Amino acid sequence: MADPPVVRLTRVDVAFPEPSGAVFKAVSGASLEVAGSEFVAIVGPTGCGKSTLLNCAAGLLKPAAGTVDIFGTPLVGLNRHAGYLFQQDALMPWKTARDNIALALEVGGTPATEARDRAQVWLTRVGLKSFGDRYAHQLSGGQRKRVGLAQVLIRDPKILLMDEPFGPLDAQTRQIMGNLLLNLWAADKKAVMFVTHDLEEAIALADRVVIMSAGPEARIIGDHRIDLVRPRDATEVRLQPRFHELHKAIWGQLRAEVVKAYGGEIG
Amino acid sequence: MLIARWKLLVLQALVAIVALGTWHIGSAGTFGITFLPKFFFSAPLDVGNRIVKMFVDGTVKIATCSEPLDLSRILQTNDACFGKTVWQHLLITSIEGLLAFVIGSLAGVMMGFWFARKPLVAAVFDPYIKMFNALPRVVLAPIFMLWLGLGIWSKVALGFTLVFFIVFFNVYQGVREVSPVILANARMLGMSERQLFRHVYWPSALSWMFSSLHTSVGFAIIGAVVGEYLGSAAGLGYLIQQAEGTFDVTGVFAGMVILAAFVLFVDWLVTLVENRLLVWKPPAASQQV
Repeated sequence: MADPPVVRLTRVDVAFPEPSGAVFKAVSGASLEVAGSEFVAIVGPTGCGKSTLLNCAAGLLKPAAGTVDIFGTPLVGLNRHAGYLFQQDALMPWKTARDNIALALEVGGTPATEARDRAQVWLTRVGLKSFGDRYAHQLSGGQRKRVGLAQVLIRDPKILLMDEPFGPLDAQTRQIMGNLLLNLWAADKKAVMFVTHDLEEAIALADRVVIMSAGPEARIIGDHRIDLVRPRDATEVRLQPRFHELHKAIWGQLRAEVVKAYGGEIG
Repeated sequence: MLIARWKLLVLQALVAIVALGTWHIGSAGTFGITFLPKFFFSAPLDVGNRIVKMFVDGTVKIATCSEPLDLSRILQTNDACFGKTVWQHLLITSIEGLLAFVIGSLAGVMMGFWFARKPLVAAVFDPYIKMFNALPRVVLAPIFMLWLGLGIWSKVALGFTLVFFIVFFNVYQGVREVSPVILANARMLGMSERQLFRHVYWPSALSWMFSSLHTSVGFAIIGAVVGEYLGSAAGLGYLIQQAEGTFDVTGVFAGMVILAAFVLFVDWLVTLVENRLLVWKPPAASQQV
């Protein structure tokens, strides 16, 4: 029998109570499977519930209906196999970059000195070798994301959940971060769920691109396999003809949803 | 706008010179009119001399004390060596302020945490907390004296009521306003409730408490001095009150100057501590010129 998928969402509904007492149904009947060592990008128009779906896989949010299975077992509480890279800054501002990374290990009982040594290795890996003693406000947005990435990866999670991690960064930094992520991922291919609103980024990085419809009651409306060869360079891959074919095919589907999300304003 | 350091110092000194000069001329009647009579306003030189005298007398009294110097009696107001010296007054006010600050902060931190983590408790006690905080603390001073006597503890109690609320409200806010993203991240990193407390809630609450350090230390000293002023046998407040009782305006001003210098010194110490503890904080927007 084949291994169960690493993450399996089955007909997941997510609902939030509104102040008026009504119930806002953000996601409706979303089903998605992520296999081991598979990089899946989830793309959709703004406010479609991409992050909501990710939070279900993380266990931060309990779906109103449907099931979440991790390695074939129903998820109870937080997903202990997952590392989560947030869109916003999630570093503890009162700790240095090195201590932030080391803390991820110390939480699991690693002695402090060992944790700090290993944190230094990860600082080097994300290109911040000499920035370990800086506090969050002394780092640029891109550097903070690198620290965040190291903080998540040092625990060696089986699943990597990323919520528009490079969203707040400028275009060049995003591509550099994309390459960094691909290099780190290539080392031990974890299962990745990567939420983004940027279709080009999704195609450049992922094995599969999943399209969500405009909310409310967002559904999964498309699932595209990206057959670009690996290893890829997140910048150069965008120049390949195959990239453009894929982009054209997927964008055709996504465009309609983006227009819907803006209420037809941009026709 | 960035001002050169020497320029700032010169301008600051100029303010003092103009103020003291006006006072001096007014009280000495240099131009035939005495618009600041000495009986009401004293004179800057007299005040300066008095301050020097107080410190010299106090130092001499301790240095030439015929009894063996016994530090255990340092707080006894009738002690042969230390009694009623300016050093003893300073020490007693410092100790009262320090105790008020430490006890008030501890209680404020604990209550702040408890209320922030238990919304029911917070909701039940909310009107009472507001009521006590709205009360002018001076009216409590006579009651504290009745309960705790004229010694240092009635002053500590008064300072406590001032410090407690500042620290309490700040910690309460600090715990409740921990960034939800940092919290979610910490939980995804696998932190237990205890670890969350230690690595997230605690530092966040402390940073709020430290941001109000100047205010709470200042209030601790205010509590001590006001308490002494209303009834005591030692301390800077006592010194000023005694001088007032005998229409000794020079003594009142001398006490005020010593008190002001003392508060400036404590404030400087707080700034040192703050710079050490809050290195991780980005500089305030107003300082980023």
